[in-house]
Amino acid sequence: MLTKASRTTFLVPLRDGVLAGLVALVLAFPIVGLPTSETAHGLVLRPRIPEAIAFAVAVFLGRFALGVAEAGKPRPILLIALLVAIAAPFASAAPEFGAALAIGGLFVALRSALLAFPGVAGRISGGIRVPPVAIKRAPLVLLLLLVVLPLTPVIDRRLLDIAVLVLTYVMLGWGLNITVGLAGLLDLGYVAFFAIGAYAYALLSLTAGLSFWGALPIAGLCAAAAGLIVGGPILRLRGDYFAIVTLGFGEIVRLVAINWSSLTGGSQGIAQIPRISFFGLADFTATPDPGRRAFHELFGISFDPAHRQIFIFYVILALALAVNAFIARSRKLPLGRAWEALREDEIAAQSLGLNLQRIRLSAYAIAAAWGGFAGAFFAVRQGFISPESFSFLESAVILAIVVLGGVGSQLGVVLAAIVMIGVPELVRQLAEYRMLAFGVAMVAIMVWRPSGLISRREPSIRLGDAT
Amino acid sequence: MSGDKLLSVEHLTMQFGGLKAVNDVSFAASASAITAIIGPNGAGKTTVFNCLTGFYHPTHGRIALKSQHGTIELQNLRKHQVSARAKVARTFQNIRLFAGMTVLENLIVAQHNRLQRASLFSFAGLFGLPAYRKAEKDAVERARFWLDRVGLTSWADAQAGSLPYGQQRKLEIIRALCTEPVLLCLDEPAAGLNGSETAELARFLRELRDEHGLAILLIEHDMGMVMGISDHIVVLDYGRKIADAAPAVIKEDPAVIRAYLGEPEAA
Ligand SMILES: Nc1ncnc2c1ncn2[C@@H]1O[C@H](COP(=O)(O)OP(=O)(O)O)[C@@H](O)[C@H]1O
Ligand SMILES: [Mg+2]
Repeated sequence: MLTKASRTTFLVPLRDGVLAGLVALVLAFPIVGLPTSETAHGLVLRPRIPEAIAFAVAVFLGRFALGVAEAGKPRPILLIALLVAIAAPFASAAPEFGAALAIGGLFVALRSALLAFPGVAGRISGGIRVPPVAIKRAPLVLLLLLVVLPLTPVIDRRLLDIAVLVLTYVMLGWGLNITVGLAGLLDLGYVAFFAIGAYAYALLSLTAGLSFWGALPIAGLCAAAAGLIVGGPILRLRGDYFAIVTLGFGEIVRLVAINWSSLTGGSQGIAQIPRISFFGLADFTATPDPGRRAFHELFGISFDPAHRQIFIFYVILALALAVNAFIARSRKLPLGRAWEALREDEIAAQSLGLNLQRIRLSAYAIAAAWGGFAGAFFAVRQGFISPESFSFLESAVILAIVVLGGVGSQLGVVLAAIVMIGVPELVRQLAEYRMLAFGVAMVAIMVWRPSGLISRREPSIRLGDAT
Repeated sequence: MSGDKLLSVEHLTMQFGGLKAVNDVSFAASASAITAIIGPNGAGKTTVFNCLTGFYHPTHGRIALKSQHGTIELQNLRKHQVSARAKVARTFQNIRLFAGMTVLENLIVAQHNRLQRASLFSFAGLFGLPAYRKAEKDAVERARFWLDRVGLTSWADAQAGSLPYGQQRKLEIIRALCTEPVLLCLDEPAAGLNGSETAELARFLRELRDEHGLAILLIEHDMGMVMGISDHIVVLDYGRKIADAAPAVIKEDPAVIRAYLGEPEAA
């Protein structure tokens, strides 16, 4: 005989678990169970039915455990889940399955730990009480650290490279935050503008001989022009349709880059893109071309290949700070407030005389321009670009950084970029699990902090300010 | 229609598929006067507002508004132009605030077009030029003026969405006023307010009429308030106008009584 209490503690979770397991089976069967692999004889089907079933069983167990934990028995579940998480990597014959089980066990353990000790959960989801002073000071401290970073002895080439990469994503995140955070438009194809900027610089420097500094504004303008042309007709569309069209646009740009081989080099890409110069005054090279000066000669120091890298670091830092300053400024301008107003309620905004289409277009095109700048920087830093760098995945990563950081939050984007780009690069072993970590991070954020790591919004004006 | 009226609506018809939500309705509204539009639910009152403010494009009819630059035909304007060009402002039956922004920001957004011009379309503002700073200061002063008038000053820096319901209603009205309208359209502003809040609202609307010379179009179900402050009442029923007169006359009108109470049942 089941008591009423044990019915809700076990039967309901059991039902949920079976349902989740069935769904997992349906999904896992074609994805895990029937993989194809390419061999000399063409595509071959290599069925992995037991693995598919094992995954479904794991999902069932996980859902059931979560259900029981939620129904009031978090402590035993916490213990079991921890044991599973620790034992799985050793016990399992199939390493992938062991890893999945370990991660699932950890997730269940984390959830039940939060249920078992509600004080901790409350503190996390109530905002880890960061004092406002800390949020105010953090950017300044961060900035100082960044400015002196390349000059400190702890930094090596690899770290500097990672810092440049993270800053590139910070800049892209901030740029996309104009559309997503301020204007409230879900842009799934931001990488298109990044690509346009990159190709614009590559082509301008190779065919017209423009320097990076000459080509930079043009690259931004090209991206903005693309934004105007695409945005004009599609900004009329309502939310979801807009997102779908931008997704398509991102793919179109990539496909054009692949197929217009005479201009873009097709999937081979463009190589030997001219390197950055020291504001056109000197080159970063040991042996300058005739008529040019080398950076180390200009300053009378000895040649060091790290000079270029350090300069690149300062360039991306300056570009990212420019986006940040632009956003901070425009939030206090009529245009920035209009972006936010349209995000909050487009009907009310229009009744107050706001021209929806023109205002949204400005947000879309301005964000595109910053994407274009970032693209030009990417091209000059890599010296090589190909369509591969501009896949949908990049748009998704940038968007994930914005959402994870807290839509509209500048500092949040920095934190998210460090977590999502910096950490996996730093700990190479983790790089393989990056997509998994992405997923877990997104789920965790959606569950515990649905508005992102940092969701505080600073008013753009206060009544006391003007007096 | 009479020539001295600020607004004249002529033969307005709005058809949705087979339904004529507004059917050949004509009426007028003057400056310094409160014109009420009443009628049972679904009579077409909100639809009239939507036609006036560019949200719907009427099937037939003409909506003419007098301005310094001659007559403006509202039915030809797009949503944002109604406020920008014709100076007609409105509120919504279900309050529509910029909930995540502060009270003051709501009022500044309402002055967008003026500020946008002063900031040379944000370019001057980007570099903090003095002309823009002055314009912004004026905008804040205008906001403060209205905040003081309705007693919302202490809420100025609070999130609009966090305000109590009655204060949200007030905020939506003064936000409309910050656009400096000549005609203010209020869609059920007293809905959800308690007795003292309704009395305060009635007093405020009277002041707007008498001190600011505003023309007010008022959709309202609170008959006490309507009869108390209206200069003129238009009654709609099933999309048709069934009466158009002073409050005292409307009270006695048999067609209006029938529309509100239903046909007397045969015993
Ligand atoms: N956009 C629309 N599409 C179809 N029918 C509408 C639309 N707007 C209003 N209606 C219909 O018109 C009629 C009048 O509505 P409304 O003007 O909102 O009445 P009320 O007098 O209560 O404000 C209702 O029957 C409503 O269903
Ligand atoms: Mg209505």
